[in-house]
Amino acid sequence: MSRFIQKLWEIGPTLVNGTPHASELGMKFVAIDKGIATLSLPYNSALIGDPRSRVIAGGAVTTLLDQACGLAAISGFDGLAQLATLSLRIDYQRSAEPGEMIIAEAECYKTTRHVAFIRAIAHDGNPEDPVATAQSTFMLTGPIHKLPDAASEEQGLAE
Amino acid sequence: MTQDLANRLISEIPYAQTLGIRADFSNHSLLLILPYLKSNIGNPTLPALHGGAIGGFMEVCALAELRRRSPKLPFSKPIGVNIDYLRRGKPVETYARADIFKEGSRVANVRVRAWQDNEDEPIAALSGHFLLPKTL
Repeated sequence: MSRFIQKLWEIGPTLVNGTPHASELGMKFVAIDKGIATLSLPYNSALIGDPRSRVIAGGAVTTLLDQACGLAAISGFDGLAQLATLSLRIDYQRSAEPGEMIIAEAECYKTTRHVAFIRAIAHDGNPEDPVATAQSTFMLTGPIHKLPDAASEEQGLAE
Repeated sequence: MTQDLANRLISEIPYAQTLGIRADFSNHSLLLILPYLKSNIGNPTLPALHGGAIGGFMEVCALAELRRRSPKLPFSKPIGVNIDYLRRGKPVETYARADIFKEGSRVANVRVRAWQDNEDEPIAALSGHFLLPKTL
Protein backbone atom coordinates (compact mmCIF):
# COMPACT_ATOMS: atom_id res chain seq x y z
CA MET A 1 0.00 0.00 0.00
CA SER A 2 1.40 3.41 -0.95
CA ARG A 3 1.97 6.01 1.75
CA PHE A 4 -0.72 8.17 0.23
CA ILE A 5 -3.34 5.41 0.48
CA GLN A 6 -2.21 4.77 4.06
CA LYS A 7 -2.65 8.49 4.74
CA LEU A 8 -6.14 8.38 3.16
CA TRP A 9 -7.09 5.51 5.47
CA GLU A 10 -6.06 7.71 8.40
CA ILE A 11 -7.79 10.89 7.29
CA GLY A 12 -10.71 9.31 5.36
CA PRO A 13 -13.16 9.50 8.30
CA THR A 14 -12.21 13.17 8.89
CA LEU A 15 -12.56 13.99 5.18
CA VAL A 16 -16.14 12.67 5.27
CA ASN A 17 -17.17 13.95 8.71
CA GLY A 18 -15.49 17.29 7.99
CA THR A 19 -17.82 17.80 5.02
CA PRO A 20 -20.81 19.45 6.74
CA HIS A 21 -23.45 18.13 4.33
CA ALA A 22 -22.05 14.58 4.34
CA SER A 23 -22.07 14.52 8.13
CA GLU A 24 -25.58 16.08 8.20
CA LEU A 25 -26.90 13.12 6.16
CA GLY A 26 -25.00 10.65 8.37
CA MET A 27 -22.49 9.43 5.80
CA LYS A 28 -19.61 7.20 6.93
CA PHE A 29 -16.18 6.42 5.53
CA VAL A 30 -15.80 2.69 4.85
CA ALA A 31 -12.69 1.99 2.76
CA ILE A 32 -10.17 3.44 0.34
CA ASP A 33 -7.69 2.08 -2.20
CA LYS A 34 -5.84 3.43 -5.22
CA GLY A 35 -8.63 5.12 -7.25
CA ILE A 36 -11.36 3.37 -5.24
CA ALA A 37 -13.53 4.70 -2.40
CA THR A 38 -16.36 3.14 -0.41
CA LEU A 39 -18.79 5.12 1.76
CA SER A 40 -22.01 4.22 3.54
CA LEU A 41 -25.25 6.00 4.35
CA PRO A 42 -27.25 4.42 7.20
CA TYR A 43 -31.03 4.60 6.83
CA ASN A 44 -32.48 7.63 8.56
CA SER A 45 -36.07 8.90 8.46
CA ALA A 46 -34.76 12.45 7.76
CA LEU A 47 -33.68 11.18 4.31
CA ILE A 48 -37.09 9.88 3.21
CA GLY A 49 -38.16 11.14 -0.21
CA ASP A 50 -41.52 9.42 -0.49
CA PRO A 51 -43.53 9.45 2.76
CA ARG A 52 -45.88 6.67 1.56
CA SER A 53 -43.21 4.09 0.76
CA ARG A 54 -40.60 5.50 3.24
CA VAL A 55 -38.01 5.05 0.49
CA ILE A 56 -34.95 7.28 0.84
CA ALA A 57 -34.85 10.33 -1.52
CA GLY A 58 -32.99 10.03 -4.80
CA GLY A 59 -31.16 13.21 -3.78
CA ALA A 60 -29.64 11.51 -0.72
CA VAL A 61 -28.32 8.71 -2.95
CA THR A 62 -27.05 11.39 -5.37
CA THR A 63 -25.14 13.05 -2.53
CA LEU A 64 -23.64 9.76 -1.33
CA LEU A 65 -22.50 8.93 -4.88
CA ASP A 66 -21.10 12.46 -5.38
CA GLN A 67 -19.11 12.22 -2.15
CA ALA A 68 -17.79 8.71 -2.96
CA CYS A 69 -16.83 9.81 -6.50
CA GLY A 70 -14.96 12.84 -5.12
CA LEU A 71 -12.99 10.69 -2.68
CA ALA A 72 -12.17 8.17 -5.43
CA ALA A 73 -10.96 11.09 -7.59
CA ILE A 74 -8.62 12.33 -4.81
CA SER A 75 -7.21 8.81 -4.56
CA GLY A 76 -6.99 8.64 -8.38
CA PHE A 77 -5.04 11.93 -8.53
CA ASP A 78 -2.69 10.41 -5.94
CA GLY A 79 -2.61 13.58 -3.84
CA LEU A 80 -4.78 15.81 -1.71
CA ALA A 81 -6.52 18.39 -3.86
CA GLN A 82 -9.55 20.65 -4.05
CA LEU A 83 -12.06 19.27 -6.53
CA ALA A 84 -15.33 20.42 -8.05
CA THR A 85 -17.99 18.17 -9.59
CA LEU A 86 -18.45 18.92 -13.29
CA SER A 87 -21.09 16.37 -14.18
CA LEU A 88 -22.96 13.59 -12.48
CA ARG A 89 -25.18 11.07 -14.22
CA ILE A 90 -27.29 8.76 -12.07
CA ASP A 91 -29.51 5.89 -13.16
CA TYR A 92 -31.91 4.61 -10.52
CA GLN A 93 -32.29 0.88 -11.12
CA ARG A 94 -34.73 0.29 -8.29
CA SER A 95 -35.97 1.75 -5.00
CA ALA A 96 -33.67 1.28 -2.03
CA GLU A 97 -35.13 -1.01 0.64
CA PRO A 98 -36.54 1.16 3.48
CA GLY A 99 -34.47 0.56 6.62
CA GLU A 100 -31.37 -0.69 4.81
CA MET A 101 -28.00 1.04 4.81
CA ILE A 102 -26.79 2.16 1.38
CA ILE A 103 -23.20 1.54 0.30
CA ALA A 104 -21.52 3.50 -2.50
CA GLU A 105 -18.47 2.11 -4.30
CA ALA A 106 -16.69 4.50 -6.65
CA GLU A 107 -13.84 3.83 -9.05
CA CYS A 108 -11.75 6.55 -10.66
CA TYR A 109 -10.68 4.81 -13.89
CA LYS A 110 -8.90 7.73 -15.55
CA THR A 111 -7.29 11.02 -14.60
CA THR A 112 -5.88 13.67 -16.91
CA ARG A 113 -4.03 16.82 -15.78
CA HIS A 114 -7.25 18.50 -14.70
CA VAL A 115 -10.09 16.00 -14.89
CA ALA A 116 -10.97 12.69 -13.20
CA PHE A 117 -13.46 10.19 -14.64
CA ILE A 118 -15.32 8.05 -12.13
CA ARG A 119 -17.99 5.37 -12.20
CA ALA A 120 -19.87 4.27 -9.12
CA ILE A 121 -22.65 2.05 -7.84
CA ALA A 122 -24.92 2.32 -4.82
CA HIS A 123 -26.37 -0.86 -3.32
CA ASP A 124 -28.13 -1.94 -0.16
CA GLY A 125 -26.31 -5.18 0.53
CA ASN A 126 -25.77 -6.92 -2.77
CA PRO A 127 -23.42 -5.17 -5.22
CA GLU A 128 -24.81 -7.43 -7.97
CA ASP A 129 -28.22 -5.76 -7.57
CA PRO A 130 -27.47 -2.03 -7.32
CA VAL A 131 -29.97 0.64 -6.34
CA ALA A 132 -28.25 3.11 -8.66
CA THR A 133 -25.28 3.43 -11.00
CA ALA A 134 -23.43 6.67 -11.62
CA GLN A 135 -20.88 8.23 -13.92
CA SER A 136 -19.17 11.49 -13.04
CA THR A 137 -16.38 13.89 -13.90
CA PHE A 138 -14.48 16.06 -11.42
CA MET A 139 -12.13 18.96 -12.06
CA LEU A 140 -9.11 20.04 -10.05
CA THR A 141 -9.57 23.55 -8.68
CA GLY A 142 -6.13 23.82 -7.09
CA PRO A 143 -2.72 22.14 -6.91
CA ILE A 144 -2.28 18.46 -6.02
CA HIS A 145 -0.36 17.98 -2.78
CA LYS A 146 1.59 14.77 -3.32
CA LEU A 147 3.26 12.90 -0.51
CA PRO A 148 6.85 11.84 -1.18
CA ASP A 149 6.75 8.05 -1.35
CA ALA A 150 8.83 5.97 1.03
CA ALA A 151 11.13 4.61 -1.71
CA SER A 152 12.25 8.04 -2.95
CA GLU A 153 12.74 9.19 0.64
CA GLU A 154 15.03 6.24 1.34
CA GLN A 155 16.89 7.05 -1.85
CA GLY A 156 17.22 10.62 -0.62
CA LEU A 157 18.76 9.36 2.64
CA ALA A 158 21.19 7.12 0.79
CA GLU A 159 22.43 10.00 -1.35
CA MET B 1 -52.42 25.34 -7.25
CA THR B 2 -52.08 27.62 -4.27
CA GLN B 3 -49.28 28.66 -1.95
CA ASP B 4 -50.87 26.34 0.58
CA LEU B 5 -50.53 23.32 -1.71
CA ALA B 6 -46.96 24.36 -2.58
CA ASN B 7 -46.07 24.40 1.14
CA ARG B 8 -47.72 21.02 1.62
CA LEU B 9 -45.85 19.44 -1.32
CA ILE B 10 -42.53 20.29 0.33
CA SER B 11 -43.46 19.72 3.96
CA GLU B 12 -44.52 16.15 3.10
CA ILE B 13 -40.97 15.25 2.05
CA PRO B 14 -38.67 14.68 5.06
CA TYR B 15 -35.55 14.95 2.84
CA ALA B 16 -36.72 18.39 1.61
CA GLN B 17 -37.08 19.45 5.26
CA THR B 18 -33.55 18.23 5.98
CA LEU B 19 -32.24 20.49 3.20
CA GLY B 20 -34.42 23.35 4.49
CA ILE B 21 -36.31 23.74 1.17
CA ARG B 22 -39.20 26.19 0.93
CA ALA B 23 -41.73 26.70 -1.86
CA ASP B 24 -43.12 29.86 -3.38
CA PHE B 25 -46.07 29.80 -5.75
CA SER B 26 -46.66 33.02 -7.63
CA ASN B 27 -47.47 33.99 -11.23
CA HIS B 28 -48.70 30.43 -11.84
CA SER B 29 -45.22 29.08 -11.35
CA LEU B 30 -43.55 27.06 -8.62
CA LEU B 31 -40.24 28.34 -7.34
CA LEU B 32 -38.21 26.36 -4.81
CA ILE B 33 -35.83 28.04 -2.39
CA LEU B 34 -32.82 26.43 -0.72
CA PRO B 35 -31.89 28.77 2.14
CA TYR B 36 -28.25 29.01 3.07
CA LEU B 37 -27.59 26.48 5.82
CA LYS B 38 -24.18 25.48 7.12
CA SER B 39 -25.36 21.86 6.96
CA ASN B 40 -25.61 22.10 3.13
CA ILE B 41 -21.93 23.00 2.72
CA GLY B 42 -19.66 20.56 0.87
CA ASN B 43 -16.39 22.48 0.98
CA PRO B 44 -15.92 24.55 4.15
CA THR B 45 -12.63 26.17 2.98
CA LEU B 46 -14.03 27.83 -0.18
CA PRO B 47 -16.86 27.72 1.08
CA ALA B 48 -19.18 26.02 -1.42
CA LEU B 49 -22.50 24.20 -1.26
CA HIS B 50 -22.31 20.40 -1.60
CA GLY B 51 -22.88 19.26 -5.19
CA GLY B 52 -25.14 16.55 -3.81
CA ALA B 53 -27.28 19.09 -1.94
CA ILE B 54 -27.70 21.14 -5.14
CA GLY B 55 -28.49 17.95 -7.10
CA GLY B 56 -30.96 16.77 -4.46
CA PHE B 57 -32.57 20.23 -4.37
CA MET B 58 -33.11 20.13 -8.16
CA GLU B 59 -34.49 16.59 -7.95
CA VAL B 60 -37.03 17.68 -5.31
CA CYS B 61 -37.91 20.60 -7.61
CA ALA B 62 -38.62 18.23 -10.54
CA LEU B 63 -40.72 15.90 -8.35
CA ALA B 64 -42.71 18.83 -6.86
CA GLU B 65 -43.40 20.26 -10.32
CA LEU B 66 -44.73 16.87 -11.51
CA ARG B 67 -46.78 16.36 -8.37
CA ARG B 68 -48.44 19.77 -8.34
CA ARG B 69 -50.27 18.81 -11.55
CA SER B 70 -51.90 15.81 -9.85
CA PRO B 71 -51.53 16.26 -6.08
CA LYS B 72 -53.77 13.29 -5.26
CA LEU B 73 -51.46 10.81 -6.97
CA PRO B 74 -48.23 9.51 -5.41
CA PHE B 75 -44.84 11.00 -6.28
CA SER B 76 -43.16 10.24 -9.60
CA LYS B 77 -39.95 8.21 -9.43
CA PRO B 78 -36.65 9.29 -10.93
CA ILE B 79 -35.37 6.92 -13.64
CA GLY B 80 -32.19 8.76 -14.55
CA VAL B 81 -30.84 12.26 -14.04
CA ASN B 82 -27.99 14.18 -15.57
CA ILE B 83 -26.58 17.02 -13.51
CA ASP B 84 -24.24 19.69 -14.87
CA TYR B 85 -22.41 21.87 -12.39
CA LEU B 86 -21.75 25.26 -13.95
CA ARG B 87 -20.62 27.56 -11.16
CA ARG B 88 -19.61 27.24 -7.53
CA GLY B 89 -22.59 27.19 -5.19
CA LYS B 90 -21.86 30.17 -2.95
CA PRO B 91 -23.07 30.13 0.66
CA VAL B 92 -26.21 32.14 -0.14
CA GLU B 93 -29.86 31.38 -0.95
CA THR B 94 -30.36 29.22 -4.07
CA TYR B 95 -33.45 29.01 -6.30
CA ALA B 96 -34.75 26.36 -8.69
CA ARG B 97 -37.51 26.11 -11.22
CA ALA B 98 -38.52 23.03 -13.22
CA ASP B 99 -39.83 22.84 -16.74
CA ILE B 100 -41.62 19.76 -18.03
CA PHE B 101 -39.98 19.38 -21.41
CA LYS B 102 -42.04 16.42 -22.56
CA GLU B 103 -44.79 14.54 -20.80
CA GLY B 104 -45.70 11.16 -22.23
CA SER B 105 -48.17 8.62 -20.90
CA ARG B 106 -45.62 6.88 -18.67
CA VAL B 107 -42.53 9.04 -18.57
CA ALA B 108 -41.84 12.76 -18.29
CA ASN B 109 -38.66 14.56 -19.25
CA VAL B 110 -37.98 17.42 -16.84
CA ARG B 111 -35.34 20.15 -16.89
CA VAL B 112 -34.41 22.08 -13.79
CA ARG B 113 -32.24 25.17 -13.46
CA ALA B 114 -30.71 26.34 -10.17
CA TRP B 115 -29.35 29.84 -9.68
CA GLN B 116 -28.34 32.30 -6.97
CA ASP B 117 -27.93 36.00 -7.89
CA ASN B 118 -29.19 35.91 -11.44
CA GLU B 119 -31.55 33.47 -13.12
CA ASP B 120 -29.56 33.87 -16.36
CA GLU B 121 -26.41 32.62 -14.65
CA PRO B 122 -27.36 29.14 -13.41
CA ILE B 123 -25.05 27.39 -10.96
CA ALA B 124 -26.36 23.96 -12.01
CA ALA B 125 -28.83 22.28 -14.32
CA LEU B 126 -30.57 18.91 -14.18
CA SER B 127 -32.31 17.00 -16.91
CA GLY B 128 -33.97 13.74 -16.13
CA HIS B 129 -36.60 11.14 -16.90
CA PHE B 130 -39.27 10.41 -14.30
CA LEU B 131 -41.74 7.56 -14.15
CA LEU B 132 -45.21 9.05 -13.72
CA PRO B 133 -47.39 7.82 -10.83
CA LYS B 134 -50.32 6.73 -12.99
CA THR B 135 -48.18 3.83 -14.19
CA LEU B 136 -46.91 2.84 -10.72
